[in-house]
Amino acid sequence: MSTPLLQAEDLSRFYGGRIGCRDVSFSLDVGEVLAIVGESGSGKTTLLNLLSGRLAPDAGHVRYAMRDGTTRDLLTLTEAERRHLARTDWGFVHQDAREGLRMNVSAGGNIGERLMGIGDRHYGNIREAARGWLSRVEIDEGRLDDKPTAFSGGMRQRLQIARNLVTAPRLVFMDEPTGGLDVSVQARLLDLIRSLVADLGLAVVLVTHDLAVARLLSHRIMVMKAGEVIETGLTDRVLDDPQAPYTQLLVSSVLAA
Amino acid sequence: MTKLPVLSVSDLGKSFTLHLHKGARLPVVAHVAFDVHTGECVVLGGPSGAGKSSILKMIYGNYLVNAGAIRVRHRGEEIDLATASPRQVIDVRRFTMGYVSQFLRVIPRVPAIEIVAAAAREAGTSADEARARAAMLLATLNLPERLWDLPPATFSGGEQQRVNIARGFAGHHPIMILDEPTASLDARNREAVIGLIDARKAAGTAFLGIFHDEDVRERVADRIVDVASFSAREAA
Amino acid sequence: MTAPAYNFAYLDEQTKRMIRRAILKAIAVPGYQVPFASREMPMPYGWGTGGVQVTASILGQKDVLKVIDQGADDTTNAVSIRQFFEKTAGVETTTETLAATVIQTRHRIPETTLQGHQVLVYQVPIPEPLRFLEPRETETRKMHALAEYGLMHVKLYEDIARHGHIATTYAYPVLVAGRYVMDPSPTPKFDNPKMDDCAALQLFGAGREKRIYAIPPHTKVVSLDFEDHPFEVTRFDRPCALCGAQGSYLDEVVMDDRGARMFVCSDTDFCESRQENGHRGPLNQEAAE
Repeated sequence: MSTPLLQAEDLSRFYGGRIGCRDVSFSLDVGEVLAIVGESGSGKTTLLNLLSGRLAPDAGHVRYAMRDGTTRDLLTLTEAERRHLARTDWGFVHQDAREGLRMNVSAGGNIGERLMGIGDRHYGNIREAARGWLSRVEIDEGRLDDKPTAFSGGMRQRLQIARNLVTAPRLVFMDEPTGGLDVSVQARLLDLIRSLVADLGLAVVLVTHDLAVARLLSHRIMVMKAGEVIETGLTDRVLDDPQAPYTQLLVSSVLAA
Repeated sequence: MTKLPVLSVSDLGKSFTLHLHKGARLPVVAHVAFDVHTGECVVLGGPSGAGKSSILKMIYGNYLVNAGAIRVRHRGEEIDLATASPRQVIDVRRFTMGYVSQFLRVIPRVPAIEIVAAAAREAGTSADEARARAAMLLATLNLPERLWDLPPATFSGGEQQRVNIARGFAGHHPIMILDEPTASLDARNREAVIGLIDARKAAGTAFLGIFHDEDVRERVADRIVDVASFSAREAA
Repeated sequence: MTAPAYNFAYLDEQTKRMIRRAILKAIAVPGYQVPFASREMPMPYGWGTGGVQVTASILGQKDVLKVIDQGADDTTNAVSIRQFFEKTAGVETTTETLAATVIQTRHRIPETTLQGHQVLVYQVPIPEPLRFLEPRETETRKMHALAEYGLMHVKLYEDIARHGHIATTYAYPVLVAGRYVMDPSPTPKFDNPKMDDCAALQLFGAGREKRIYAIPPHTKVVSLDFEDHPFEVTRFDRPCALCGAQGSYLDEVVMDDRGARMFVCSDTDFCESRQENGHRGPLNQEAAE
């Protein structure tokens, strides 16, 4: 078997006496989509931040198979290495596009930033790459020089995705990517994410409280409650035949997931 | 038959524990056992509530297996789906086992032909070939061409079901699980589905299915396994 | 005996020591913004309080001071700073570039090539080149620390996307000694090449932002650009109207209320000494005829 892309080992994080998340372990393979579901305050976002190195764990490890073939503990990476990893081999799609975009920079500049960050110094090439990604996420190329402030919510999310994917990351973290969007816009975004994930072979850690989104996008689900993993397994299995009392409650509380 | 089965179910048992209802235990089936071979169609029979659908869902991985084994030949090796990891189940679904459910569940607003083509691509087919295969399947199933580029949400029940069937067949899996695929179809379209099953059987695909329509059942079934004998409901 | 009204060069000796330590650190780490405890000065922010504190800290009794604003020695800002040091330090002042040992400037670098014994002190309003795109100080500091400068090119990218070329004409970012990206502040990009391999020590003081940075003599200073949009020096399509100099930085001067105008050297000392040496521009010749 190949080495997993990402491995979490007994990850814990406490906020004073309160549990952020406790003893979380799992592994993620290349091209695999893992949904982390649970209600607000269940520790989903804490876990996402621990996994993406945005937050340091109080206990446990996160290991990542780097592009050079070595597997590294994120805690042992220098900050420079971690930040470089985060803007080359990783992506992070925020629920609020304003956190993931530079709102006063054009769409092209937003997409091109990562390329310039890794030393691309040819304006024409950067612009062509940006143009290509814009159309890939189904935004009219004529909007290349427009700022995200002039974009709709759905377009901002798609721009955010393009901005992340331009360096061909292997792992993308998504925090409620369709949250806060109109239902009609959600569907289109879901379809885009699903096809990009499949075409590019992306591994995704997807945080969502929407079980329908988890069903459509993920291979596996991890159900969290009060900072702990309650149940984990194949997405269809967890949603169709939930075992834990809490998961049964969660699934039965949703309108036709 | 001396040939090894492609799907072999043995001693399969399933019950539900309903935590929201004071932990009530709901037994479904016990000691289920049957084999499915290449090129044959095995149909699960028995009254409604006997657990036919639950058996299919265990085999496809949607239900947890409480006892027994589900052995499939997958990429030249035998694998027990009752104990397989989620990753193994996903791999089996990609390359070995297709599934047609009773209802179409897809991302809204995706055109019908895209839904079918995506299923073919998932099984490793190139984009162009996947689209050609999708078009062929939709044509075979008499879905009017003007509907192909529309999302199925507004289709009739029968039209949606044909998209669903095309999607299930697009991957050319050696094992197909069918859960009442013809329930909402008229006579002409039932014929089309039967034709599709026959053609695939001839090509070596193994089928396991539930068909309520007696006529269809008679025409496609090589053997009928009576699930009533495995039912755990009465015993409980 | 009466005590002098002010300490030499206004600042007390402890403050000057503190600022000198910051200056030494800035010289040791070229282009790096060193925080310092900026003092209240008897002039408003924006009038060069950062530059004045740097000048006050390095000035010796034998120094000869020149102060320019937009290249000119006779503008309000230049005159008042010059008078400030005449009064508080009693040092000799000059308008001649070559006669000065310390030159405090806002905007311009003199046209005359600076020498090794000279120090050029810049008044800086906004020292942070990344501020335009990244408002968080914690983040910009980290970006400097890790030399993450992609954002600087985003700024230039935006320029080209909007104007077809890099339209930034002043505060044009430079990479100092191959490490820190630095904002030359309001200096026009015309002067950027003069910073490279300059024989004089260049010091930058930002009073309101409390930062000092430096370019030691003969340091490599490179203006950022793209391969297909290389850095270009501003060119003027005419000579100075007064001294006829080609390739000096020109200011537009309105002559009357009917729209007549002329373009003259912004460096007044450079222009005047050329005229003294017999150089004449188009306007001067007409006047002579």
